[in-house]
Amino acid sequence: MNFHAVRSIYKFEMARMRRTLVQSIVAPVLSTSLYFVIFGAAIGSRIPEIDGVSYGSFIVPGLIMLSILTESISNASFGIYFPKFTGTIFEVLSAPVSFVEILLGYVGAASTKSVIIGTIILGTASFFVDIEIAHPFVMVLFLVLTSVSFSLFGFVLGIWADGWEKLTVVPILVIMPLTFLGGTFYSISMLPPVWQTISLFNPLVYLISGFRWSFYENADVSIILSLAMTVTFLLVCLVIVRWIFKTGYKLRT
Amino acid sequence: MQPILTISDLTKTYAGGLQALKNVSLEIERGEIFALLGPNGAGKTTLINVVCGLVNRTSGTVLVDGHDIVDDYRVTRALIGLVPQELPTETFETVWNTANFSRGLFGKSADPAHIEKILRSLSLWDRKDERIMNLSGGMKRRVLIAKALSHEPQLLFLDEPTAGVDVKLRQDMWNVVSELRESGVTVILTTHYIEEAEKMADRVGVINHGEIILVQEKTRLMRELGKKQLVLHMHEPLTEVPPEVMDYGLDISDDGSELTYTYDTQREHTGITALLGALQSAGIKFYDLNTSQTSLEEIFVDLVKRPQ
Ligand SMILES: Nc1ncnc2c1ncn2[C@@H]1O[C@H](COP(=O)(O)OP(=O)(O)OP(=O)(O)O)[C@@H](O)[C@H]1O
Ligand SMILES: [Mg+2]
Repeated sequence: MNFHAVRSIYKFEMARMRRTLVQSIVAPVLSTSLYFVIFGAAIGSRIPEIDGVSYGSFIVPGLIMLSILTESISNASFGIYFPKFTGTIFEVLSAPVSFVEILLGYVGAASTKSVIIGTIILGTASFFVDIEIAHPFVMVLFLVLTSVSFSLFGFVLGIWADGWEKLTVVPILVIMPLTFLGGTFYSISMLPPVWQTISLFNPLVYLISGFRWSFYENADVSIILSLAMTVTFLLVCLVIVRWIFKTGYKLRT
Repeated sequence: MQPILTISDLTKTYAGGLQALKNVSLEIERGEIFALLGPNGAGKTTLINVVCGLVNRTSGTVLVDGHDIVDDYRVTRALIGLVPQELPTETFETVWNTANFSRGLFGKSADPAHIEKILRSLSLWDRKDERIMNLSGGMKRRVLIAKALSHEPQLLFLDEPTAGVDVKLRQDMWNVVSELRESGVTVILTTHYIEEAEKMADRVGVINHGEIILVQEKTRLMRELGKKQLVLHMHEPLTEVPPEVMDYGLDISDDGSELTYTYDTQREHTGITALLGALQSAGIKFYDLNTSQTSLEEIFVDLVKRPQ
């Protein structure tokens, strides 16, 4: 194991995040605060409690997930796409590093940042609404699993993308709708039966539901199923990444 | 001793079907400076990139220090440093950080003293805290050289290191290369400035259309393929080549003031003594003479022009 290399990549990526502190931390915190003002305070005050939880508190886990998903994907995809775009990737490709090491460096840094952002948003949210965390350990587990999975997903996206549009279009066209339809702002049980069934095909339903369970112990699907789906998603991403490095897909000619 | 680099029957066909390398075989000795020459698109960069792991080979084997570049990539890549032809740099990083990053990436523990030594030898030390985007093109190239040397490679590839580079940097670079050679590092470079290869290289390889057409010690190459010319400056202009020296195939200049004799350095008898003797006995006087030699550049142009 080339630990020096993992550390170098990790440090390099974390330094990049420090350089862009405003856009990487302030922006997600600001946008989430706006959600709280609009949905929590302005609109939420007219919405009855859901399963005994005030609406403002109810949306907290979903909003954290929303930020983590978008941040993980954009960070990890940009982290690998940019060197590909400028050509500096040549150095990593000519270095004595395995795919596991490259992954640990890039995805490790992107996940770290997502966990930090998630924690900051949680802190911000506690200023606006009452939050209880019934199962802190499960909460952290979901936070980390989701950060890692979607950083992996972002990494794959960054390698696959051969232009800036592809890089931005996937988060906007795929992830945004899935999170909004995944029960960030409502409980799946509030939907008509047909849509409830359709929702079960949305992997994000399981993430958000499981994460919310760790806060308020209410969930749309069972916690075990949520965890299983999250782990499955992580494994699928790992398999794809492994395949990419085996074949040198889009990295080596 | 085992060669530092052994390439056998290496073939590379790009996805589009273009065959960039055709059964290339080459051995590079430890500690030598090898110049790889060839026209644009000959396959020089492709060859380097295969050895460095940036391009997948189609067939053939490449051994670095006896290790296969695919099966033992950790060993081989740690031994190699690469300064690529293009200049991709981390725009926002500082010179110091990027050099240290490279060292770590290649598996070496931090060694600030070594990085300092490299930056100083490339006149980069006083710009070490500068962001790379604020540096000029030539400075960026220095940064890339510093990065390539940061992990103390045994085999250094310089892919057109002097394209668009000023005199000072060339000088710096050749000083660095000489120092590397003294410490036993093998250097493989490509260049379009052939006088550079002529000055620096121990051996020269010529590649064209993906095939190695010649590998030769530089001095031997120049001796074997080079022609020499002897120019005699006449005291009084001649109207024609004197009949006494008719057999030497001399050329006469338009104004008749110079006679040129072209001879082959390979031949045992160059015929110079005989020619000069014949001129003297005929009473033809000259006041000066000089000799000149075909440059590597002329040899190279000649080689590449030859039909395959
Ligand atoms: N990624 C690629 N995909 C397809 N063809 C390529 C690729 N890279 C290089 N080639 C082709 O392979 C051939 C050899 O290119 P290469 O870059 O090795 O030449 P070179 O000798 O380095 O030339 P130059 O002196 O211009 O740098 C060229 O015909 C080039 O167009
Ligand atoms: Mg080239």
